[in-house]
Amino acid sequence: MTTPAAPAAPAAPADAARPVIEVTGVTKVYTMGTNKVFALRGVDLTVRPGELICIMGSSGSGKSTLMNILGCLDVPTEGRYTLDGVRVDGLDRNALADLRNEKLGFVFQGFNLLARTSAIENVELPLLYDRQHRWNDSRKLAAEALGRVGLGERLDHQPSELSGGQQQRVAIARALVTQPTLLLADEPTGNLDSHMTVEVMALFQELNEQGITILIVTHEPDVAKYAKRIVEVLDGKIIHDHPVTERRSAAADLLALGAEDPVVVEGPAATVGAA
Amino acid sequence: MKQKTLLKLAWQSILKNKMRTLLTMLGIVIGVGAVIVMIAVGNGAQSQIEASISSLGTNLIVISPGSSAQGGVSQGAGTFNRLTVADAEKLKSEGTTLAAVSPVISTRLVVIGPAGNWRTSINGVSPDYFTIRDWSATSGEVFVDADVKAARKIAILGATVATNLFPGVDAVGAQIQIGHVPFIVSAVLATKGQNATGSDQDDVILMPYTTAQNRLSGNVRLGQILVSTFSPNDIPAAQAEITDLMHESHKLGDNADDFTVRNQTEIAKAATSTTAVMSGLLAAIASISLLVGGIGIMNIMLVSVTERTREIGIRMAIGARGSDVLTQFLVESVVMSILGGIVGLIVGFVGSQLLAHFTGWSTVVPMSAVLIAVGFSAGVGVFFGYYPARKAAALNPIEALRYE
Repeated sequence: MTTPAAPAAPAAPADAARPVIEVTGVTKVYTMGTNKVFALRGVDLTVRPGELICIMGSSGSGKSTLMNILGCLDVPTEGRYTLDGVRVDGLDRNALADLRNEKLGFVFQGFNLLARTSAIENVELPLLYDRQHRWNDSRKLAAEALGRVGLGERLDHQPSELSGGQQQRVAIARALVTQPTLLLADEPTGNLDSHMTVEVMALFQELNEQGITILIVTHEPDVAKYAKRIVEVLDGKIIHDHPVTERRSAAADLLALGAEDPVVVEGPAATVGAA
Repeated sequence: MKQKTLLKLAWQSILKNKMRTLLTMLGIVIGVGAVIVMIAVGNGAQSQIEASISSLGTNLIVISPGSSAQGGVSQGAGTFNRLTVADAEKLKSEGTTLAAVSPVISTRLVVIGPAGNWRTSINGVSPDYFTIRDWSATSGEVFVDADVKAARKIAILGATVATNLFPGVDAVGAQIQIGHVPFIVSAVLATKGQNATGSDQDDVILMPYTTAQNRLSGNVRLGQILVSTFSPNDIPAAQAEITDLMHESHKLGDNADDFTVRNQTEIAKAATSTTAVMSGLLAAIASISLLVGGIGIMNIMLVSVTERTREIGIRMAIGARGSDVLTQFLVESVVMSILGGIVGLIVGFVGSQLLAHFTGWSTVVPMSAVLIAVGFSAGVGVFFGYYPARKAAALNPIEALRYE
């Protein structure tokens, strides 16, 4: 409860709207034998609709634990977590699963696509677990989501037939297909080279412009400079929370990169052109 | 998740590991196949026995002489024979549930024909005998009541006797000599084959019981009285009626029966229960291989769960509940085992045909085998798939996602 109002300030434009994420006094303690390991020691964080926020921290800082809790994969030991108006702390496994399906979209470092499964089937996957019967034509929705990330022509390609950047875009399409309240990306560029990194960040920025709230966990400062707001975590606590003043446009960077390196221009440049 | 989607998922996963799935299914194929073959062999033996028992006659009841006791020692069946033609006539005229009654006088004599001689059983019977045993002549005519009354010296040959005394010729009308008495062959009977105990039912000569009594044995006592009822349901009532009438006829009062009444279902039951035990035993042994097949499924499903830990993590992260994962793996193992069961059914069917072809055993695959095959293999799939599926469902999504 040290700085509850501070994070809200930079996200001024969406002040009136209900916060997507509201975390107060969250701690996470792992008990290993007789030892107690404090992964989070009282975290307060508010994320408002339309934000593009980066959570930064070195390994062991607790950012992964925070990510797991924000992603409803884990529950806090103490504290309150409200996701889009729903209290998450204290929910059981099934309720968490339903919440993940309904409100969250995940993008992982290792892409985590199902092998030997076509792009469109990968994207369809979250719709299969929809319990509210919100979606009818999962095939069509999946194709639309792939179109949104610029892979409308590669619906039937398998992950092994796609480049790393393309695989990550399939994963982003999978995260988008359920129209989640929040898109959570855990080191989304960790397995990508710098060119593909910029490519993926350009896509995130573009989606954010369309109104999607995005939270990225990363340790790369290069990635963070594309965000609107940076939250730094150290030893299970938030030590800095500030807006990005000199925010870069990934699309512009991509064009510049493309000019430097004509060999890889073709694919990514087309994507940017479309954007 | 929709059932169609679940089946599609299972099918895709099976296709992704064709060789492994085939080998796993092989266990179920062999198990179900073995069970089916064993059931077929058991069933074949049983139906063979049933056929040979029903060849004795339809709705048959046999009255045999009782035993006598001398100084408290029972002398065994037939030692005190008081069965007479009068008993048979009384049953015939007074019985209400009895369709046909025939006395049987048996003896063994040498028969001399044109092509040599042959020792065989001579049975003196009444025309009802042919009804009771459902036996007809292939050539000539069986005798009638008038022939019995006149005690005509006519003989009806069983197929075996006919081929031995008259090889290659029609015996009807020919003369034979039975124990110095000349007889005319009036008919040759249809082949009946072996009975349940393996003796040749066609090695026999039938004649009117009057002729047999007067000309051959001189014995007034009957070896048996054969009775048939109108329907199998009448048998218990008929047995009670026979006992009452015989009691009356023999003026037994409070004394014990001096005759025994047995029906063919009792004989059949004894014989078929033996084979039922045998075929049950065979099927039980065969089902051990089905068990082994099931363990194979469990093994491969456990490997599959470990291998696909990451996939499970992904599915959970995007909103699959534990129960979704459980169902997915369970459906997969059940689809695999049912496929194995269906192939096993075919293998078992072909196998039992081959067995019948090469060993000459009779095998019968019952229609229920289809249900047994599919039902058992589905059961095996559920039983042995549950533990691995449960394990998959209980995974922690965070750890599953991190699994390398």
